[in-house]
Amino acid sequence: MPAMTLTEKILAKHAKSNFVEPGQNIWIDIDILMTHDVCGPGTIGVFKKHFGKAAKVWDPKKIVIIPDHYIFTADKMANRNIDVLREFSKEQNLPYYYDVGTEKYKGVCHIALPEEGHTRPGEVLLGTDSHTCTAGAFGEFATGIGNTDAGFVMGTGSLWLKVPPTMRFVFEGTLPPYLMAKDLILAVIGDIGCDGATYRAMEFDGAGVFALNMEERMTLCNMVIEAGGKNGVIAPDKVTLDFIDSKNKHKVPYTPVYTDPGAKFIYEKVYDISKMQPVVAKPHSPDNKAFVSEVKGAKLDRAYIGSCTGGKMTDFRAAAKIMHGHSVKIDTFVVPATTEVAKGLKSEKMHGKTLEQIFLDAGAKMGDASCAACLGGPSDTFGRLNQAIRCISTTNRNFPGRMGHKEAEVFLASPLTVAASAITGMITDPREYLA
Amino acid sequence: MSKIQNEITGKAYVLGDNIDTDQIIPAEYLTFNPAIPEEYKQFGKYALSSVPPAQSGLPKGNIPFHTDDEFVSPYTFIIAGKNFGCGSSREHAPVALDAAGIKVVIAEFYARIFFRNAVNGGYLVPFECTDRLCDKVCTGDELKLDVPNCKLHNLTTKETYPLNPLGEIAPILNAGGIFSYAKQVGMLKS
Ligand code: SF4
Repeated sequence: MPAMTLTEKILAKHAKSNFVEPGQNIWIDIDILMTHDVCGPGTIGVFKKHFGKAAKVWDPKKIVIIPDHYIFTADKMANRNIDVLREFSKEQNLPYYYDVGTEKYKGVCHIALPEEGHTRPGEVLLGTDSHTCTAGAFGEFATGIGNTDAGFVMGTGSLWLKVPPTMRFVFEGTLPPYLMAKDLILAVIGDIGCDGATYRAMEFDGAGVFALNMEERMTLCNMVIEAGGKNGVIAPDKVTLDFIDSKNKHKVPYTPVYTDPGAKFIYEKVYDISKMQPVVAKPHSPDNKAFVSEVKGAKLDRAYIGSCTGGKMTDFRAAAKIMHGHSVKIDTFVVPATTEVAKGLKSEKMHGKTLEQIFLDAGAKMGDASCAACLGGPSDTFGRLNQAIRCISTTNRNFPGRMGHKEAEVFLASPLTVAASAITGMITDPREYLA
Repeated sequence: MSKIQNEITGKAYVLGDNIDTDQIIPAEYLTFNPAIPEEYKQFGKYALSSVPPAQSGLPKGNIPFHTDDEFVSPYTFIIAGKNFGCGSSREHAPVALDAAGIKVVIAEFYARIFFRNAVNGGYLVPFECTDRLCDKVCTGDELKLDVPNCKLHNLTTKETYPLNPLGEIAPILNAGGIFSYAKQVGMLKS
């Protein structure tokens, strides 16, 4: 049998076929379907319209519903949408509904999924959110779909899909302390453009990748969609399996899958990460790459640290390392991705202080776990850019209007760069604050 | 969810490259539920409301898609450049264009999820052009699309442009979306 890439092998297995090749349209079985408060109500509507009012979902254990986008708002429609999720979960007896206002509430879905043991190597995860690709970090095929596709999956557990060709990005060398996964992925997106991976899989490989912890690997895979990628994937290693086994509370068996020797890649690029520099994406596109050294000194009005890309423990440890003992010069918003991360900020210490205390002492404002201003949202959303101001952010998108006002300017950067810039009020190289 | 007509006529609204889903339908309006018909209409009202004015209605720009209180625009076609619909997976994007009366988008190429949503939901027909039509067609031009022959006639300039065949998505669009298509191919019981 001809050699296949990791992505092709997972898809072949789920199509119950020995072999698939790029470009082929196949029907595959789905392991997990995830939806949230923005697309859940529409998905449920599609499901009921086509399968009937009394229809049952294909498998309650395979549907995960995580409200996260519009949570702490007075917006009536947003709250109505959560009621729709709540009623549906009750009606269908869904065990994995992480309801707002309860102990179970989590926050940002892509971080909640692995925390709650819903990501596993070799599986297919579909979600009604474009950053569902984050879970590729666990060696699975994960991609975003719309309401209609999700409604179809809800009723059938299957979907048609086109097999993508795979691009391979090899990170060699050791990551310097002033760089993070965010710098690597912004560099890749800048190099290939925001359509450079359209209809393609992006596989990350090399010693530099396998030296990263799971959260950093998630950051890499999270942003493949910003290059148009269908999925991002990293082969599972011991780090992955240890993580999965520590979270696999549902004891679901899984089989890791690996790229065959000799598999064909449509594109290959090798980076020596020890020679790379901190980068930003300038307004208004994630591929508008510049080295921090090229834009340093640009005046800022706000800094934002949060989201599925930049709101995990690793991100806050990095930001705290820089902010400790300093005060921020501009409005700085800190938003943990999930309630588990929020607990971590209250318990984990650095220089004798909790991370949360370091941020508060520096003058930053702390928000509750959710997507918050990453995607703008209702006007009372924490950290939302309600005016045409300039913000540096650890999030993943800076299209016009993404964080609120359509004339606001957003620079995307690593948590290290954002923290250093918050202290000075202008774009700043984190090396200036790393001893 | 309508099947594709053979001939579609109407006015063009022209946009540039990388029109992402936040520009097509800003996040603050995603609280409407597209499964409820009354709310579906609302998406038409806010369609394309985050496109910066200078890039709205090319080549001149500053041509609003519709006035603030209208739900439906006077346009039938969107003509755009590269990577139309990039960004989020929100199906509210093709929904918004459909609700605003758009029947066809013609772009150089599409972001994957937007394309899938447009086709599988049966909201609009996404054609690809071989020439850079966003530099050739002006907002307000009268167009006539000949679907079987994949040709776009510009009745205003008397030009004709070739389009790429719809290929593998044609049967899904002709069926009216993924549900009817899955029934046709036996993946779903009728
Ligand atoms: S944090 Fe931002 S990018 Fe991540 S799921 Fe929420 S809105 Fe999307």
